[in-house]
Amino acid sequence: MMPLSTRFSAGERRAVPPVLWAGLLLAAALVAAVLTGPFALSPGRILELAAARIAGQETPGAEAAVLFGIRLPRVAAAALAGAALATAGAAYQVTFRNPLVSPDILGVSAGAGLGAVLGIFLGLPVLAIQGLSFGFGLATVALVMAVAAAMGGRGETLTLVLCGMAIGALAGAGIALMKALADPDDQLPAMTFWLLGSLAGIRPGDVLLALPPMLAGLVPLVLLRWRTGLLAMGEDEARALGIETGRLRWMVIASATLITAAAVAAAGTIGWIGLMVPHMARLLAGSRFDRVLPVALLLGAALMVAIDTAARSLAATELPLGVLTAAIGAPVFLVLLARRGRGWS
Amino acid sequence: MELIRAEALSVGAGRRPVAEGIGFALAPGGILAVLGPNGAGKTTLFRTLLGLLAPHGGAVHLGGQPLGGLSRARIARHLAYVPQAMDVPFPYTVADYVLAGRSARLGPFAAPGRRDAARAAAALEELGIASLARHPVTRLSGGERQLAMIARALAQDAPALILDEPASALDFGNRERLAELLSGLAARGYGLVFSSHDPAFAVRLADRILAIGRDGRAAAGPARDMTTDARLGALYGLSAGAVRRARGG
Repeated sequence: MMPLSTRFSAGERRAVPPVLWAGLLLAAALVAAVLTGPFALSPGRILELAAARIAGQETPGAEAAVLFGIRLPRVAAAALAGAALATAGAAYQVTFRNPLVSPDILGVSAGAGLGAVLGIFLGLPVLAIQGLSFGFGLATVALVMAVAAAMGGRGETLTLVLCGMAIGALAGAGIALMKALADPDDQLPAMTFWLLGSLAGIRPGDVLLALPPMLAGLVPLVLLRWRTGLLAMGEDEARALGIETGRLRWMVIASATLITAAAVAAAGTIGWIGLMVPHMARLLAGSRFDRVLPVALLLGAALMVAIDTAARSLAATELPLGVLTAAIGAPVFLVLLARRGRGWS
Repeated sequence: MELIRAEALSVGAGRRPVAEGIGFALAPGGILAVLGPNGAGKTTLFRTLLGLLAPHGGAVHLGGQPLGGLSRARIARHLAYVPQAMDVPFPYTVADYVLAGRSARLGPFAAPGRRDAARAAAALEELGIASLARHPVTRLSGGERQLAMIARALAQDAPALILDEPASALDFGNRERLAELLSGLAARGYGLVFSSHDPAFAVRLADRILAIGRDGRAAAGPARDMTTDARLGALYGLSAGAVRRARGG
């Protein structure tokens, strides 16, 4: 049997482009997510309210408050977080030439987690916790890159990854310390929930806050989509093909980190999406990064929206997102791997 | 016009040069073979010619221009590189792999368009592997991979090609096909530089040979003169008699 990637990737004669498939999946997930929730809203009523809003009319009442104040922001945040983690994961995987890399390889999640846990420990307001998380995430990666650069150029990628591991472990120790010192009745559950990922408390303002850094990271990735893909050929070959790899690599890492930090600050640490979705995207779209990127973005959004919908509707209490992404992600991942036949290549 | 000129070049990846006194000129249609024992610095020389390593001394000119002043894209439009082995982490299709050769001709924010795809397809056609266009490169045989790498270099539309050990992974039949392909390219005006472990293969194809000894000293000359029994013996640390016996003479 021909592998999926062969059947889809060549381009000219495929019936439905992979981007369209991914877009349809996202549309379906969005519709299901908006219709699902403890407060019943019929499709007709949702359309009425939306039309009224768009026309600029006042929409008083509980229904509108739920729809515009809680449900839509949450669905939007889920879509953004999923898109962010998936695109950052795809970018990291080509840059590090390794399909096993996830966007937190350089410690962004550990750093962001430490910032958030610190914020919770200090009893700061939600906005400050998010700000601290975002700042710590970026600062951690900046520190990793600075330390690696100070160690010198040879074997740059490996040095970077090892520095990321070491400094990530340091942040992990900080998180453990905060948890040990935290008030077990009040702060500790909040920390645990944050570290497992949750969109439960999301408000419209949070979405608007996460959007600028995500776009600031996504735009360079989209513009540099072709060159970024060439980094997978290796340093020497990419340079021999005419690419100035040094600047490009820093640009891609900085962009992907910015995107990830924004997502983690808004939604907490959510594993698996950044690792798994790029694989699904490559199965659909082939290996070219410029084709993988949009498909990963749409699939990541779709999957995250679906998972968040499940997290808030499967049980009486909210389930942590990280638990669901792992529970769904790991088996899906194994099935993909098995269908692929020959492992990674 | 000279495609590549090296003068009193010394090369090395570390603090000390591994090879010194390298001088040669490559014109369109010319084939230069680089011979030398393992570790003599053949790949290091190639990386220096491509501007991937700074020279320790001496000068390289590409098309009359000093290498140091050229951008990566300018170098790539002049000189295409065929690495010793294909190393890709993802299963690109052959067509997509060859398309990467077009990169130096694209704007910074552009992706290859229809014309680039057509050039890549033509390169596959030229090498007789058009039927492999949709195959993943990770499933090609050694010979097919070599052809895909050369196709990528041709898609680059550079007048000079550098091939690192192009024959080393090939069986007898593929080696013969490669020899025919390379002399065909030279006949069409490409300038070629390749390294080889096999003096017989080198002397068959090349008009000039650059020999880098174990002491790092380089000498260049016409292929016949550079591959006498005595010269080869000195190059590889064998007696002239041993070389004669190895050549079956």
